[in-house]
Amino acid sequence: MKSNRIPAIMLKEANHILRDPRTLLIVVLMPIVQLIMFGYAMNMEIRNLRMAVFDYSHTPTSRELVNDFSASGKFQVSYPNLPEDSINQLFFSRKYEAVLLIPKGFAEELNRLKKTDVQLLIDASDPNAATLIRSYCTSVIGRYNQLEKYSPIDVRTNILYNPDMRSAYFFVPGLIAMILVMVSALLTSIAITREKELGTLEQILVSPIRSHEIVIGKVLPYIILALLDALFILTVGMTLFGVPFRGSFPLFLGFTLLYVLAALSLGLLVSTVAQTQQVAMMMALTMTMLPTIMLSGFIFPIASMPKLLQLFTYIVPAKYYLQIIRGIMLKGNNLTQLLQPMLALIIMTVVMLAVAVKRFSLRLK
Amino acid sequence: MPDNSKSLMIQTTDLTKRFGRFTAVDKLNLSIEKGEIFGFLGANGAGKTTAIRMLCGLLKPTSGTAVVADCDITHQSEQLKTRIGYMSQRFALYEDLTVKENVLFYSGIYQVETSRALSVAEELLSEMGIDLGSKALTSSLPLGFKQRLALTCSLLHDPRLLFLDEPTSGVDPQARRAFWNVINRLAEKGKTVIVTTHFMDEAEYCHRVVIMQEGKAIALGEPAVLKNEHSVPNMQQLFLKLVS
Ligand SMILES: Nc1ncnc2c1ncn2[C@@H]1O[C@H](COP(=O)(O)OP(=O)(O)OP(=O)(O)O)[C@@H](O)[C@H]1O
Ligand SMILES: [Mg+2]
Repeated sequence: MKSNRIPAIMLKEANHILRDPRTLLIVVLMPIVQLIMFGYAMNMEIRNLRMAVFDYSHTPTSRELVNDFSASGKFQVSYPNLPEDSINQLFFSRKYEAVLLIPKGFAEELNRLKKTDVQLLIDASDPNAATLIRSYCTSVIGRYNQLEKYSPIDVRTNILYNPDMRSAYFFVPGLIAMILVMVSALLTSIAITREKELGTLEQILVSPIRSHEIVIGKVLPYIILALLDALFILTVGMTLFGVPFRGSFPLFLGFTLLYVLAALSLGLLVSTVAQTQQVAMMMALTMTMLPTIMLSGFIFPIASMPKLLQLFTYIVPAKYYLQIIRGIMLKGNNLTQLLQPMLALIIMTVVMLAVAVKRFSLRLK
Repeated sequence: MPDNSKSLMIQTTDLTKRFGRFTAVDKLNLSIEKGEIFGFLGANGAGKTTAIRMLCGLLKPTSGTAVVADCDITHQSEQLKTRIGYMSQRFALYEDLTVKENVLFYSGIYQVETSRALSVAEELLSEMGIDLGSKALTSSLPLGFKQRLALTCSLLHDPRLLFLDEPTSGVDPQARRAFWNVINRLAEKGKTVIVTTHFMDEAEYCHRVVIMQEGKAIALGEPAVLKNEHSVPNMQQLFLKLVS
């Protein structure tokens, strides 16, 4: 007789999920909350930068340049009535992030030589912010140059793949990576430890079921949930945040499935160690959330980490998945360009799954 | 005793289970025949559940051996599991599933045809007035009903040997009576039933009992014989006399 144990377990698990508001809450609410958090609150673009302008030129031409800064939407321009040597004071008091100095001869020089200088001072105590501010300024001045046809020199630095430095391009793939690993690892480890706690696992283990049947049956419904979450975030990212999708969708799905498998294996591994739901939750969260946020390249570039941490990133599945989906979404990478991270993910999944199934004992402890 | 072992359902030899340095079951030697209703008696923590879990293949013995339903419990637990039914001490079905969903789940993992499982369930549940078609979740059932459902799910695959760990704890006398009627019917059909209980009146219904204390068997035999030997009127007094 063909084994129908796996469908039996899947059906039961599906019923648990549909009837347990907590699971559904995690699956539905978590991506929404995170999207709002990253999309709006933790937006990595900076707006309303406070800029102090010292305009010694006092001409329509110089005011036009200042207008361009405020019109860009990034700068809040004001003219502090202070002597020039108090600029340091301005930065110390954190009243301004940037200072623009327009020299006395600005307009005349521009007219005569078609070329002039302005001075820009940026508070670089937050280097990330400083980089952003500089690029904003460069783009404002660049646009000014082009419009006024004064300078043939294009000062814009060419930033590849994300020309507007839009942070949504980075956080949407990162969010997919994070939600997937959390949903998959957290929910599977909880689903299994819950049965340990309730004693229902004992009742299953006394049947002739095999460990792989329990594992596969329990995990499959969560794969479906995780994939739905991925599609949800992707859709929101593309429609609301205008994130592009340049590569192949089936490729994206395939890699996402692989990544979910890696995360589920991690969840299984946790459940073979943890005896209670709380322990499982703590373990799953620390093993997924922290590394995925800190060590995957989601927020902090791996190249700028200390060497020791860089080594550690090699065992973070999200690192590879991020390479892959950023590659697919932003650059339109194809399979052959993604073989290396794919191989890494496959190896990690196989190892974790093998250990988990082996450790998943059919006996009680 | 090869002759004798043909009629044996369970035979244990110095069966022992230690958790760390604590010995939960200490050199248990039992021979239980086919068709017997056999009782495990003992105070809390005497080792009844631990002994039964070993006999079901759920726990690996620390030392000693046991042959249950012609299977070695250490090496043939997979085969053993197809031949036994087990109802754990805690209610261990799914509270968030309906009665029917629970039955179908267990018929699935025991590979029993749906129609057969449903007819077995119908037979065992209808006398209690439990409706298989009800949409109510198991959590809403009274404990007596839940225990009957747990028994049902452990019988779907028609096991020859049934382990019931405190099947009647916490239910009213009437439900207990009804439950024992089912146990008797099962024994009449030739099934071997192993029961643990705290109720000494239930001990009287067993063909034979073992009384355990701190992991050791301190008395073994037919209730009538044991009462005679110790010249006490009932099992309650026998128990108190032996364990004090
Ligand atoms: N997994 C375990 N780890 C450590 N000790 C255990 C474990 N399981 C049981 N014990 C201990 O072994 C002893 C026997 O437990 P057991 O559950 O077999 O008793 P019992 O006779 O079934 O008791 P009760 O009537 O309360 O069900 C108890 O002291 C218990 O604390
Ligand atoms: Mg017990």
